[in-house]
Amino acid sequence: MIPVDYYIILSTILFTIGVVGVLVRRNALIIFMSIELMLNAANLAIVAFGSALKSFSGQIFVFFVIAVAAAEVAVGLALIVEIFRTKKSIDVDQMSSMKG
Amino acid sequence: MTLDLALFLVLSLVAIASALGMLLSRNAVYSALFLVLNFVTVAVFYLLLGAPFIAMAQITVYAGAIMVLFLFVIMLLGTEDLPKSQVLPWQRPLAIVLSVLLAAEATYLLVTKARPAGDVLQPEASVNTMDNLRQLGNLLFTDYLLPFEVVSILLLVAMVGAIILTKKEKGARQ
Repeated sequence: MIPVDYYIILSTILFTIGVVGVLVRRNALIIFMSIELMLNAANLAIVAFGSALKSFSGQIFVFFVIAVAAAEVAVGLALIVEIFRTKKSIDVDQMSSMKG
Repeated sequence: MTLDLALFLVLSLVAIASALGMLLSRNAVYSALFLVLNFVTVAVFYLLLGAPFIAMAQITVYAGAIMVLFLFVIMLLGTEDLPKSQVLPWQRPLAIVLSVLLAAEATYLLVTKARPAGDVLQPEASVNTMDNLRQLGNLLFTDYLLPFEVVSILLLVAMVGAIILTKKEKGARQ
């Protein structure tokens, strides 16, 4: 018997680690991986709530989230490769061409 | 302490440690491998929650496809480690303080306000995998048929977009 609260707390901790990763790291690939970690934490919370409510909708929703995440990764990595080709770096501090 | 709870605690330690390892390791390849470990741990949590199909989809799509793509790009670009530079020195402590606040607030609100009626998960020892699959498939192709088709179009658009973005323009370079 595992209370659903434990899953929520775990998911919050994982989400927060992802937020720290986005805020602190400067490597665009690591930032992207942190976004994946946040998506995963949200998925875990959805499945935990769905399981507590005895509903299948949570699992269906997570299935769609996984599909959308796959599409997002393909386009995002293509963008990162293109940025690397033009700027020769994936340090987000270097991407300041639009700075006034 | 039941076996379920012990398993949960050990697995959550592994999940948090691998997430921190992803965050803290300097080399991007190590970060990606830590993230694979984290995804597999979350897949085991899905099994504990009685969602075997989602667990397998997690391993195939996240740990299999997405992370292989990440590793390919890291090795293709050859930017495992960036040189150190601190443009905003106050950003790191501020980020950590604000994130701890976010974690506290989110935990408080989710546990007190968004708590579902059945507050204790039943031990899902008797989850029938075939039953789970059959019910998911039925729902997916009846009630959720339109979202399913929309997702297939989204995947097609993402595939075309990725190819167009990374394609070298002919004539433009010469």
